[in-house]
Amino acid sequence: MSSPVESPLRSEKALKHLRRRRAADTRFRVYGLVALGFALFSLVFLICAIAWKASSAVTYHVVKTDIVLEAGRIVPDGNASPEEITRNIEGFYTLVRDDLFAKFANLEDTPAVRKDFSALIDRLAVLPLARRVAKNPTLIDQTVSIQIPVSDDVDLFLKRSSPRSIPFRLGEGAQISPGQGTDEMVLRHPALESVLSSLTALGSQQGAPSVLVIADSAVARLTDLQDQTAGFEILAGDLADFQGKPLKGLIVAVPESNRTISDLQIAWALALKSEGIIRRVPHTSLLTSTDSTYPELAGSLAAIVGSLLTMLVTGMVAIPMGIFAAIFLEEFAPKNRLTQLIEVNINNLAAVPSIVFGLLGATLLLGTFGLPRSAPMVGGLVLALLILPVVIIAARAALRAVPPSIRSGALAVGASRMQAVFHHVLPLAFPGMLTGAILGMARALGETAPLLLIGMVAFVAEVPSSTTDEATALPVLIYSWASNAERAWEPMTAAVIVILLALLVTMNVIVVMLRRKFERRW
Amino acid sequence: MVQQLGQLPMGWLLTALIVFVVTTGFSVGRIRAERYLVSGRHKFHSRGNYHGYYVAMWGLLPTLFIASAYILFSRAAIFGWLDSELPEGFRQFSKAELQSYLEAVSAAARTGGYSGADRIFATVTNRYLELSGSLNGATLGAMVLAAIGGIAYARRQVAPAFRARLKVERGAEAFLFVCAAIAIATTVGIVASLLYESVRFFAQVPITDFLFGTRWNAQTSAEFGALPLFFGTFMIALIAMLVAAPIGLFAAIFLSEYASPRVRRYTKPLLEMLAGIPTVVYGFFALLVIAPGVRAAALGINSLLINIGITSEPLLAAQPTSALAAGLVMGVMVIPFVSSLSDDVINAVPQTLRDAAFAMGATKSETIKQIILPAALPGIVASMLLAVSRAIGETMIVVMAAGQRARISFDPSTDLTTITVQIVALLTGETQFDSPKTLSAFALGLVLFVVTLGFNLIALRVVQRYREKYE
Repeated sequence: MSSPVESPLRSEKALKHLRRRRAADTRFRVYGLVALGFALFSLVFLICAIAWKASSAVTYHVVKTDIVLEAGRIVPDGNASPEEITRNIEGFYTLVRDDLFAKFANLEDTPAVRKDFSALIDRLAVLPLARRVAKNPTLIDQTVSIQIPVSDDVDLFLKRSSPRSIPFRLGEGAQISPGQGTDEMVLRHPALESVLSSLTALGSQQGAPSVLVIADSAVARLTDLQDQTAGFEILAGDLADFQGKPLKGLIVAVPESNRTISDLQIAWALALKSEGIIRRVPHTSLLTSTDSTYPELAGSLAAIVGSLLTMLVTGMVAIPMGIFAAIFLEEFAPKNRLTQLIEVNINNLAAVPSIVFGLLGATLLLGTFGLPRSAPMVGGLVLALLILPVVIIAARAALRAVPPSIRSGALAVGASRMQAVFHHVLPLAFPGMLTGAILGMARALGETAPLLLIGMVAFVAEVPSSTTDEATALPVLIYSWASNAERAWEPMTAAVIVILLALLVTMNVIVVMLRRKFERRW
Repeated sequence: MVQQLGQLPMGWLLTALIVFVVTTGFSVGRIRAERYLVSGRHKFHSRGNYHGYYVAMWGLLPTLFIASAYILFSRAAIFGWLDSELPEGFRQFSKAELQSYLEAVSAAARTGGYSGADRIFATVTNRYLELSGSLNGATLGAMVLAAIGGIAYARRQVAPAFRARLKVERGAEAFLFVCAAIAIATTVGIVASLLYESVRFFAQVPITDFLFGTRWNAQTSAEFGALPLFFGTFMIALIAMLVAAPIGLFAAIFLSEYASPRVRRYTKPLLEMLAGIPTVVYGFFALLVIAPGVRAAALGINSLLINIGITSEPLLAAQPTSALAAGLVMGVMVIPFVSSLSDDVINAVPQTLRDAAFAMGATKSETIKQIILPAALPGIVASMLLAVSRAIGETMIVVMAAGQRARISFDPSTDLTTITVQIVALLTGETQFDSPKTLSAFALGLVLFVVTLGFNLIALRVVQRYREKYE
């Protein structure tokens, strides 16, 4: 045996070569790991980004207060018929607005201020209240407790998402003295200097940021600041409210002219919030109301029902048809050109872009057969054709998994082929077929493009009650909300995505559970 | 009276009638068979139930036929009839206006007639109700008659020696065949409808202008040069594949060759979840997160280049929606399409090849690079082709994040438009089925269908060959 040193395999050159090869091996493995890691990271990032966006739509701000439904305001001409009551939205609206307005005692009552104040609540937000009264006219002249969503601008501001506001704390120990005007005050506080420095750090080019000082329900805006003395304009409450209270503050970096909510409106919202009239409550209307042009009033109920109706049609067409087709192809089809053609066809159909099925629906179902546009029936049929190959392929796999001995056994005791299949093979293959069918339905539930082409993108304000009514579907709702410009739609859209994903996850969990329960090795 | 018939809930009625016919048919057949059986003198070929099924089949067949004809053609028939009866004054309207007028009439009729002030509308609605009432009545009557006829005919055949089971089984097999043939019917339907509309389009716009023209402006003026759309589709699919091909392939290699069974069991479903997320969600993600990121990066590069002094004006377009954003997200979506099939074909490479390579002293990566990948190459290529076809046909991501402007530009931060985006843009909203604008969407659809079909056919053929090689 030669000593290791002399072996040509142990020479310096060979060892170097070996090291290089091993390093290449490690590198290759790392590439694979990085690729897999990237793919999984994308998944996690996508889900987290959407969940984070959606989290701010979990709650929203509403005005919650008791109010007297004065007959003179809501039924001015004494006609308390349900139609008249629901028509008089303006009356309800002014009633609610004036009730809130009255909470600010020292506010000048000019039309301009009132108009400004109206921006806190959108007009249509009182419609549910009007409907409630119309349904139950005995509520007139009674005190009722109401809950009305505030407008999306106010909601976004109170959630600190747009325009962004930076809170700071002054604490107690401020010296407050009245200023020159009635609604002005002068404030001395050692901590003001740091506020000043942070203001210069913000250094906005387009205009000055707003600085607000808040004491419970009183709000004042900074007008000029020198060292430790600052002049303020009181926006809500009066001078006495600030005395001896711990002070908080907000810096709104975006200048007033560049945002949709003014300082005054911010002050009102903050004051109402600290009095507990504006509250943050769970955003249940996202699930219980229908679409609206105002983000704070919009919900996904109509789309959820539309999706369910569409899925109903899809399932009733695609699942039996797919299972029967699979039975034919797997158990009865003679081996000839025709069945071969069908096989190739099915595999190809599974890879045809979904939008092509939408084109088919638009010409054949809407054009030739004249079925109604935007109807769940048409959408369901198109999606059924779309998922048919998926269902067939899964059902065939399930049939193939049943061992031939089952068939032979049935045939041996005298069953016909049809009896062998329907009495013996089908029950065993059924769980597998069902999982394939559910996966196909999950695919159909998330499909958007074909539904756009058959007009299911319409604005639907009523819950559809049959498969021929106008309807929209969850993914289409996501698409149309995502194309809206206002910021408030983003969290709403994300929330609907979470609902859709939750439905899909549920379907997949059912599949996994079915597989666990019925999985059997032959 | 006839008008009331016009408001019948036909969907429910038809279903109920069919269920009734089937149960009656079954009972009639079975009772008839049992009566023979009770006498005890006969030996039956088939059991009583099969006689029941046989009679039910004969009841079901004609009623189902009439019902489907009603569902498919009734609206078109009534509209056509009503259209021909409308007074001369309506002739001035275009076809689309007339259509929407009739839609309004049918909507009013569905809610129980029109009671407003428009007298013409009220008359038309009443006439609509009359027509649909007589059609409904006729359909129901025909169905009942057909069912009675079918059941009576079948009942007469019930006899001890009658081979009901064989007949039923042949009927069932025919039914199964029809279900399987629906897949073919779908393809034929797609091809026929796309071809038909495209031919109408090419009668108005020369096919060469469409395929090679460089100006696309279908919405406003009639410019139908689809080359920018093909370019945009190609560009975005290319970006997507630049992401998906290496990542998908390396992920597949790692999963099949390096990962332990445990890791494989948990990561593979996770990876496939990427394919299960609805594309509209990807679209939202691209629009909300990736597109602003791409824009910021492009702006950063612009200012960097200007600062360095390479250019004096912004080089990249840095649009709010961009080809890069759409392509990147689409690439992530397509990863599982590459990885899953590649994983399958890599696993299908026989273990003996690996063992042989190891025996020669090859490292794992050398085995993979020089033995396994060449052996699995056809399958991997096929998976790439399928992924490309998926990327070309993908709609929602590009609709939301790629933009609407048709142009040819190699700048990835600019907005490009694709075939699918234009189809959606042309066919949503008010559509008139005769204008070249609408028809052009079908020509685009035809191109899309042919191209993806080509990719799929090649890929499936390659996979089939490959399977044969190793089985």
